[in-house]
Amino acid sequence: MASLRRWAFPAFALLMLVLPALPVPDFWITQSNYIGLYAMVSLGLVLLTGVSGLTSFGQAAFVGIGAYTAAFLVTKMGVSPWLTLPVGLLLAVAAALVVGVITLRMSGHYLPLATIAWALVLYYTMGNMDALGKYDGLLGIPTLKLAGIDLGTGRGLHPLIWSIALVAALAVTHLLDSRPGRAIRSLKSGSMMAEAMGISTFRYKLTVFVVAAILAAISGWLFAHFQRTVNPTPFSLAKGIEYLFMAVLGGVGHVWGAFLGSAVVRLTTDELQVLLPKLIGTSGNFEVIVFGIVLVVVLKYAPDGLWTFVGRWLPATRRVRDWEGAAPLPARDKPARGELLLDVQAVRKTFGGLVAVNDVSFQIRAGDIVGLIGPNGAGKSTTFNLVTGVLELSGGAVAFRGEPVAGLPSRAIARRGMSRTFQHVKMIPDMTVLENVALGGYLRTRAGTLRAMLRLDREEERRLFAEAERQLQRIGMAHQMDELAGNLALGPQRLMEIARALCTDPALLLLDEPAAGLRHREKQALGQVLRQLKDEGMSILLVEHDMEFVMGLTDRIVVMEFGTKLMEGTPAEVQASPAVRAAYLGTEH
Amino acid sequence: MDLTIASILALDGLTNGAIYALLAVATVLLFAVTRVIFIPQGEFVAFGALTLALLQLGKVPGTVWFLLILAGVAAAADVLHGVRHQHAASRIARTVLRTLAYPVAISLVAIWVAPMGLPLLAQAALTLALVTPFGALIYRLAYESLADASVLVLLIVSVGVHFALLGLGLFFFGAEGFRNPSFWDERFAVGPLTVTGQALIIFCASVALIVMLRLYFERTLVGKALLATAVNRLGARLMGISSVTAGRLSFTMAAFIGALSGLLIGPTTTVFYDSGFLIGLKGFVAAVFAGLSSYPLALVGAVGVGLLESFGSFWASAFKEVIVFVSILPVLLWRSLRDPHGEGH
Repeated sequence: MASLRRWAFPAFALLMLVLPALPVPDFWITQSNYIGLYAMVSLGLVLLTGVSGLTSFGQAAFVGIGAYTAAFLVTKMGVSPWLTLPVGLLLAVAAALVVGVITLRMSGHYLPLATIAWALVLYYTMGNMDALGKYDGLLGIPTLKLAGIDLGTGRGLHPLIWSIALVAALAVTHLLDSRPGRAIRSLKSGSMMAEAMGISTFRYKLTVFVVAAILAAISGWLFAHFQRTVNPTPFSLAKGIEYLFMAVLGGVGHVWGAFLGSAVVRLTTDELQVLLPKLIGTSGNFEVIVFGIVLVVVLKYAPDGLWTFVGRWLPATRRVRDWEGAAPLPARDKPARGELLLDVQAVRKTFGGLVAVNDVSFQIRAGDIVGLIGPNGAGKSTTFNLVTGVLELSGGAVAFRGEPVAGLPSRAIARRGMSRTFQHVKMIPDMTVLENVALGGYLRTRAGTLRAMLRLDREEERRLFAEAERQLQRIGMAHQMDELAGNLALGPQRLMEIARALCTDPALLLLDEPAAGLRHREKQALGQVLRQLKDEGMSILLVEHDMEFVMGLTDRIVVMEFGTKLMEGTPAEVQASPAVRAAYLGTEH
Repeated sequence: MDLTIASILALDGLTNGAIYALLAVATVLLFAVTRVIFIPQGEFVAFGALTLALLQLGKVPGTVWFLLILAGVAAAADVLHGVRHQHAASRIARTVLRTLAYPVAISLVAIWVAPMGLPLLAQAALTLALVTPFGALIYRLAYESLADASVLVLLIVSVGVHFALLGLGLFFFGAEGFRNPSFWDERFAVGPLTVTGQALIIFCASVALIVMLRLYFERTLVGKALLATAVNRLGARLMGISSVTAGRLSFTMAAFIGALSGLLIGPTTTVFYDSGFLIGLKGFVAAVFAGLSSYPLALVGAVGVGLLESFGSFWASAFKEVIVFVSILPVLLWRSLRDPHGEGH
């Protein structure tokens, strides 16, 4: 079975490349050309919609940029067709950057809204510019010639279109299984965790949008030389929506879903365009009714698209454990025991008139385990978020290893060696435990998008996975590394978060209520892990609710009540304090 | 350009802006209550205008058959739901009856009175009565079972609904365009300006509707319930406010507002089955200006869009759509600078 997966791609690629040499009718070659062109665009949408949780209705407009650039430069300026491709790509990237930079800092729905406007703008611009032939477009685009051979518009062009489409599919597959790929896959589950691991979510959103635009523009360039004429219609908003439809129908979370969706849509559109007007008795684009209804039905009843029905027959891939003996990742200089690590000076947070954290100060020295406790609503988690840069300070200062970190974004604080877990476990459920932990090693590795696509990142990946496995071993979870994180129980999920935090090679570990919601056994296992980390000399700040849990573990405890620091002392002092008892249990009158 | 032309353009822009304001308000309302970004809002506009146009010709408008089919599908869904949950036959029958009663009744009325050539106002009322039930039916069929899906999924569903409604619009109304008669043919000369009665009606209707909406949200219990759902869905649900009811109600209101906009815009331009989309999107630009959340800002945005469009068509008529839709980019830039941490859903 495993060989099926290994041979499926080369066999499919070979078939598509030699298809024109086989006795296949011209009609099917043309259809196959269209499918390849559409699949490139849909592939970008898979990356954008299925993987990153963004979307665009304007991909057809990027196709239009590629096509019109080629057509204009070739027919009006006499530029070689091979030079128009980079120009088209440059324009598409520039447009994607403008739209992306403006919208991607805001919530996810502003990008699709902006792309609607962008698609309309480009359509009306193309349709009204004299230089672009208005709505008639540009005619007489020459065919592509490669090494003196005319590729024509059918059998000759087919291998080129499909090589590009297949290389793109391979590159995207490689990308998704890499350092930047894991960052991209984290985008869907909100930015907080990814930022805490040092990932700039904005940058990756922008990267994905640009990659999608590039794929669309290449498709457009090929389209111009395939059709030999361009006009605004194939680049309209409706077509952009159709591309999205292809991706959703095929399976918006799967690379091959883009190909399947493009094939199904292309082949059925032709049938529908003949059948429906006959059925209805007048001519018109009635196939949009079917598209619209099918789109809604697919999203309701088969959100993973048609590819799931194919993918079910393919065996699941297991990561081959090839990192034995890989060189360790670079490690940071660890603070010496007793060195002042974290200095929190009178931090303050107000929400409107409410003072959530009122001038709280405390210090952590290297090797300490400090507990931050207090009743519900005491401001523990808010303090925690102030220290880690998730919330902005209203006043006060935070210094980490002698350096002020107040006002820095959480990813910059992570870079300085502070790593955290979350009160509500934040992970990527459809990645394995090992991959989730590897996300913690993001800042210790360098591979970028291009290197990942070209598979030049393997050596570094081996080092990263070796480190991730080492951290899982450290907390006793190595045997679960190939499981999907979403399938774990809460206890192991919390331990996995600790392993992920450890994978960042932290100087200070911050745990936000790690014992919350755990069963007794799971609590014991967690306590075991923390004691072991303590013995290894790790410095930890622990926000916790469970007194018993904290008492046995910590060196010192900071108690908060109503946003104010109540007291600080050893566990024994805190236990003996009448003020703490009053805070938790109330006072006798 | 002199002052006369400027004031003519301004009046034109304000008139259109008033209609965009209605659509923007509907868009904001729907997003707040249901988180649906309702792209097909403009389709209601086309349905409204075309229904009235066909009634004017003494024909039974395609809206009737469309409505009956939608209601039929919804009733079939009721039956399926009932059977699956093993409800008693009488209970299923009651649900089906509730779904079908109004659409069938109003359709019969429409079929009966269509050839009579009723006065314009009566036909307008009939049009509103015919198009308004589309809202709840579309919500039921497309969105209701997805109420907890992400904004992104709901948005893609909206696009699917838009496609379906566009194609069905072509099927039921045909490709022919119509221009409706004015509700009020009077013209008033104000200095160099001529104000048409229709423009006055548009202003009055828009203002009246917005005032009524405001009163509705502030003074009535149902309005307050909708507002509560908009602020916090779960909280509202715990207080006994059904989010299904809230969704259907807000879609009904959106359909009514859309149909009304269609009646208002019908005499000023020729409406085709696909004209609604662009008109709706201009309301949309205004709603985006308001961050999909503020009614007063939506109003300001709508007037802005109307003015931009009328002045844009004076300076570069071929590029007026380009000018209107390109303006969304600086608007979004402004929004992202104003609220850089607007990480919503």
